[in-house]
Amino acid sequence: MEKILFKHIDTPDQNKIETYMANGGYTALPKALKEYKPEELVEMVKKSGLRGRGGAGFPAGVKWSFLPKGTDRPVYLIVNADESEPGTFKDRQLLEYDPHQTLEGTIISAYAINCHDAFIYFRGEFAYAAKVMERCIEEATEKGFIGKNILDSGYDLNVHIFRGGGAYICGEETSLMESIEGWRALSRQKPPFPAGEGLWRCPTIINNVETLSNVPHIVNKGAEWFASIGTEKSTGTKIYCLSGHVNRPGNYELEMGVNLKELIYEYGGGILDDRPLKAVIPGGSSTPVLKADEIDVKMDFESLAAKGTMLGSAGVIVMHDGTCMVSALHRLIHFYEHESCGKCTPCREGTNWMQKILTRMIRGEGKPEDVDLLFDIASNVIGNTVCPLGDAAAMPVMSFVEKFRDEFDNICNGGKPKGTLKFPFK
Amino acid sequence: MLISEETRKKLAELKDKYPTRQASIMPALHLVFDEFGYLGVEQLDEAADIIGVSRLDMNETASFYTLFPKQKVGKYLIQVCTNLSCALMGADNLVEYLEEKLGIKLGETTPDGIFTLWNVECLGSCGTAPMMQVNDEYYEDLTREKVDELIENWRKGEGS
Ligand SMILES: Cc1cc2nc3c(=O)[nH]c(=O)nc-3n(C[C@H](O)[C@H](O)[C@H](O)COP(=O)(O)O)c2cc1C
Ligand code: SF4
Ligand code: FES
Repeated sequence: MEKILFKHIDTPDQNKIETYMANGGYTALPKALKEYKPEELVEMVKKSGLRGRGGAGFPAGVKWSFLPKGTDRPVYLIVNADESEPGTFKDRQLLEYDPHQTLEGTIISAYAINCHDAFIYFRGEFAYAAKVMERCIEEATEKGFIGKNILDSGYDLNVHIFRGGGAYICGEETSLMESIEGWRALSRQKPPFPAGEGLWRCPTIINNVETLSNVPHIVNKGAEWFASIGTEKSTGTKIYCLSGHVNRPGNYELEMGVNLKELIYEYGGGILDDRPLKAVIPGGSSTPVLKADEIDVKMDFESLAAKGTMLGSAGVIVMHDGTCMVSALHRLIHFYEHESCGKCTPCREGTNWMQKILTRMIRGEGKPEDVDLLFDIASNVIGNTVCPLGDAAAMPVMSFVEKFRDEFDNICNGGKPKGTLKFPFK
Repeated sequence: MLISEETRKKLAELKDKYPTRQASIMPALHLVFDEFGYLGVEQLDEAADIIGVSRLDMNETASFYTLFPKQKVGKYLIQVCTNLSCALMGADNLVEYLEEKLGIKLGETTPDGIFTLWNVECLGSCGTAPMMQVNDEYYEDLTREKVDELIENWRKGEGS
């Protein structure tokens, strides 16, 4: 398969505008501005079937069409470069090595939704990526791709860089907007949805870096071409992030719907030290875990949903037989407890309580009834919170306990954790 | 006044850049952090006055974001990712090795004020685990040898 987003990821200096243009960059932008009206681009993206790569898989063109028609309020576009879901590291590579691709996608998408101020929100730790993008914006402005009257089209656009401060919750769209507005990033109750009332209560579209990076290619090669790649309902390619106990970790751009087993054993070179596989988290830490015998599954939105899990951000975390599932879950819950914004009780208290239980389990102080208690708390958090972080914390807990119950029971009945993860926190 | 002339100028430029003054807080926090390496109440108060927001709002927002230490830390702030992918690849051993090498525990600073050692959550670099962030830079695929080399270079730079 020919790569789309990663075609030039290893080309030296691809993050400079000359190289990007020599490799066919910034050809989609003039085409979009001259040949299409904004609403035609929205239709094109709809027809391509492009779905959000940030986690939920919502069709991008459909989201764009939710914007109010003929509004006199400013419309904002936010590029979500907060990438903080454990196991996910694709956006960083796109932004460091081929940032103009994302920027060109941003400019075209902004034009399509009549936006004149776009924001790229980087997680605070991505200082290098933000610096690179700052230079890219200057380069693109010099060439007349950003600013007033872009390529004589009469269209104006500013692109602003915003940097977060180390909070996972800022990846959630409403928290992210609170953060840009300068507040503590507490999630907002939805509705209203951002397309109606977003940044500064104005209509706002927010999309992931990888989602928008596809847009120039769709403009250049057409919606039908894009829709012909992948599966019927999950079109295009996907960047799968492979980490954990695997021989060749890294990012792999493959068609939507690649088999998970093939991804791990062929692309990833199999399990570290040739050990037996124990479990795989398929879509970032928030998605339900799969057991070793459940990985003969296609990596697309529908196929994973049919297996009771999710494609999410496609952060595939591989664990071999030496992994203590109780300790592994403890790491994840420690994360969610730390990142809960604290706005709603089930998430704030639930993550804290689950963390306490798991800590006592790995210290060998768990009681036999703790396993049911842990599951019960998670099942009372899920579906009962303001934003999906609560679900994101509950899903790993429920799936770990359901699928590896014997390990939890063992530890709570005086057995030892048998993994290599060491110090419990707090 | 603690904040330098140069940063004050940049802060003043932020003041009316966005639809609300409040929105200049995040960029302001980064400017102050870049100069001091932490955000103390005095700096936050000064910055709030320059960008024209209430001192309370400034401090309240700053307190939410864990990227910014609120007290002085070592010149090299070493942050090791101990989230799952890194943990599977030996982040715990890396922490132990750093503790041994620096003679401090997680959360502490060396007496000479050069190194602070923290553990943090996923840094978006899970495919090159174990890894750590030191100030603005990422150091990936870490081994004991690489850590030895890095620490030695930083110590040399400090003449100790
Ligand atoms: C807790 C939480 C964290 C999230 N983190 C991210 C993130 O880091 N990057 C991202 O693109 N989307 C993240 N999302 C999803 C966003 O809220 C939003 O749906 C997405 O950016 C929309 O873009 P897309 O439709 O292109 O995927 C997160 C959602 C939740 C609930
Ligand atoms: S679910 Fe958690 S992160 Fe989301 S609003 Fe509630 S407390 Fe905040
Ligand atoms: S788990 Fe360590 S960088 Fe992601």
